[in-house]
Amino acid sequence: MQTLDLEKDTLRDVNATLQSQGAQTNQTTWEIINPKGAHAIACGLDAGIEVTVKGSTGYYCAGMNKSAMVRVKGSVGPGVCENMMSGKVVVEGDASQYAGATGHGGLLVIKGNASSRCGISMKGIDIVVHRNIGHMSAFMAQSGTLVVCGDAGDALGDSIYEAQLFVRGSVKSLGADCIEKEMRPEHIEKLAALLAEAESEADPSEFRRYGSARKLYNFDIDNAGAY
Amino acid sequence: MDQTPKTHPVKPWTFDDYTTSYIRRAAATGIYDIRGGGSKRRVPHFDDLLFLGASMSRYPLEGYREACGTGVTLGTRFAKNPIELDIPITIAGMSFGALSGQAKEALGRGASAAGTSTTTGDGGMTPEERGHSEKLVYQYLPSRYGMNPDDLRKADAIEIVVGQGAKPGGGGMLLGQKISDRVAEMRNLPKGIDQRSACRHPDWTGPDDLEIKILELREITGWKVPIFIKVGGARPYFDTTLAVKAGADVVVLDGMQGGTAATQDVFIEHVGQPTLACIRPAVQALQDLDMHREVQLVVSGGVRTGADVAKALALGADAVSIGSAALIALGDNDPALEEEYQKLGTTAGAYDDWHEGQDPAGITTQDPVLAARLDPLQAGRRLANYLKVMTLEAQTIARANGKNHVLNLEPEDLCALTIEAAAMAGVPLAGTDWIPGRKGDF
Repeated sequence: MQTLDLEKDTLRDVNATLQSQGAQTNQTTWEIINPKGAHAIACGLDAGIEVTVKGSTGYYCAGMNKSAMVRVKGSVGPGVCENMMSGKVVVEGDASQYAGATGHGGLLVIKGNASSRCGISMKGIDIVVHRNIGHMSAFMAQSGTLVVCGDAGDALGDSIYEAQLFVRGSVKSLGADCIEKEMRPEHIEKLAALLAEAESEADPSEFRRYGSARKLYNFDIDNAGAY
Repeated sequence: MDQTPKTHPVKPWTFDDYTTSYIRRAAATGIYDIRGGGSKRRVPHFDDLLFLGASMSRYPLEGYREACGTGVTLGTRFAKNPIELDIPITIAGMSFGALSGQAKEALGRGASAAGTSTTTGDGGMTPEERGHSEKLVYQYLPSRYGMNPDDLRKADAIEIVVGQGAKPGGGGMLLGQKISDRVAEMRNLPKGIDQRSACRHPDWTGPDDLEIKILELREITGWKVPIFIKVGGARPYFDTTLAVKAGADVVVLDGMQGGTAATQDVFIEHVGQPTLACIRPAVQALQDLDMHREVQLVVSGGVRTGADVAKALALGADAVSIGSAALIALGDNDPALEEEYQKLGTTAGAYDDWHEGQDPAGITTQDPVLAARLDPLQAGRRLANYLKVMTLEAQTIARANGKNHVLNLEPEDLCALTIEAAAMAGVPLAGTDWIPGRKGDF
């Protein structure tokens, strides 16, 4: 276990050290202590290393992550693992706005709540939130899967494309072109696998599925009022 | 037959032929007009300024003997590797998707041959574009189509797009007919559907957030490459001030004549300020912050000639950027294609339905047959020639004003032909020492 201390080391030094770990590195396990809400911690990682952040972080923790496994033992500020390409990010606490925004791949697990715009413009990432999510989540979500074990706020999946949304609790309202869809066996299977990987014991059969009605895919003046 | 003399028929100024055709089109379709390009209306522009030249009080430089530098460096504030350009003219961001692969390649070839940079657009970076562009600026847009850290690290600079002159406050739209298999794959969306690009970034709001976003981008790229912030010509003084506050190395300022791939005509013509009106407030903001020349200013929107380049630089810009003019150099709206433009219901010089993907010049299309019409080598050569001519023209003007570098041109070298241009540019009306709008003036 290698330790990086943000009380002694600069953010640049910490990130440069982690970013320089190649695929063949022997130093595969790292911890960052004293994060104290700093921004952009462990962003731009590009190797299959494991990083544990001991404390809460500011904006863009694990931004654009590739391959790495990042675990935050605390809560995270806005934009955790934004634009993630692959790998896994686990937040033990809550997440602020834009969690997993525009992510292309990998898995984001939030064990607490996620604020508004969770999964905004997601492009292939899988997100599992153990508790509730805020309004406008999965706005313009292109692909990937958002799983909410609690409740979802207003305008879920507004202007959604091909992403799949699973919610166990209530949905305050659905956004434009987002509808409830049939939960088929293949969806239960996919959901069960994601929940297991996300360390959740929620029962897949209790979830409902939401997705795009595909009515706004091509501009039609008769649909102008839907926006 | 009544022989009483009649007055000549008069069409109302308010309801001219264009306006009545607009009403008929709207009534027939129920949808607003979408088009490409920038503002087509006559607004105060660089044509309304003149250089004074040298005389008794200033002496000129010899055009064929004395050097006049044109090189500029962008990104000197924070980046380890600023961009060194041979000429003060760059190629503006235009996407693969809006443009054909051949057109993007030609832009890269032409820019590289002239010693300058080109810029990606919405949709990400293609290998061809990176390969043919010696210096490539990677746009960071609200859609984040194709965004990934590998391409980010391949870029020579990152341009965070907050807005553009054709539609400040607006997002983008690539209509389904231009979504080929490759474009769809790059943008992670189904083929054939309209692709909306959001008007705001998904993971930050306002300059305080943007400062942190820039920190993240610098951390990911090791603080090596410059970060540009591009804004449309909305509130140039405050936008420039906030861009500097957020940590920009370079501010790119795009006036309303700047083009777009597609948006509503009403947006293009009625939102945003002319380029000429934007430059001096932006320069003033930099000067007030003691950041003029420390944070570079790149101006775009209707730059066409070396005279335009020289005038923008004299007003305080460090470089200019061209988009529409570069496409014309490649072959856009060429009168040689008039017959085909007629078939599309338009005429050479007026063709702007770029979103429909039927461009006979093979530039604003994803149709493989049409796109194949554009030879990237020849088109790239034309662009390089054009850039060379503009640079020579700017040097000619600089020497005539006694300057041994184009960046030494200054507002004092200029006068304005109209009161409006004098007020906007902050230079005296020709034949006077009057700058309308300056303190003490009524």
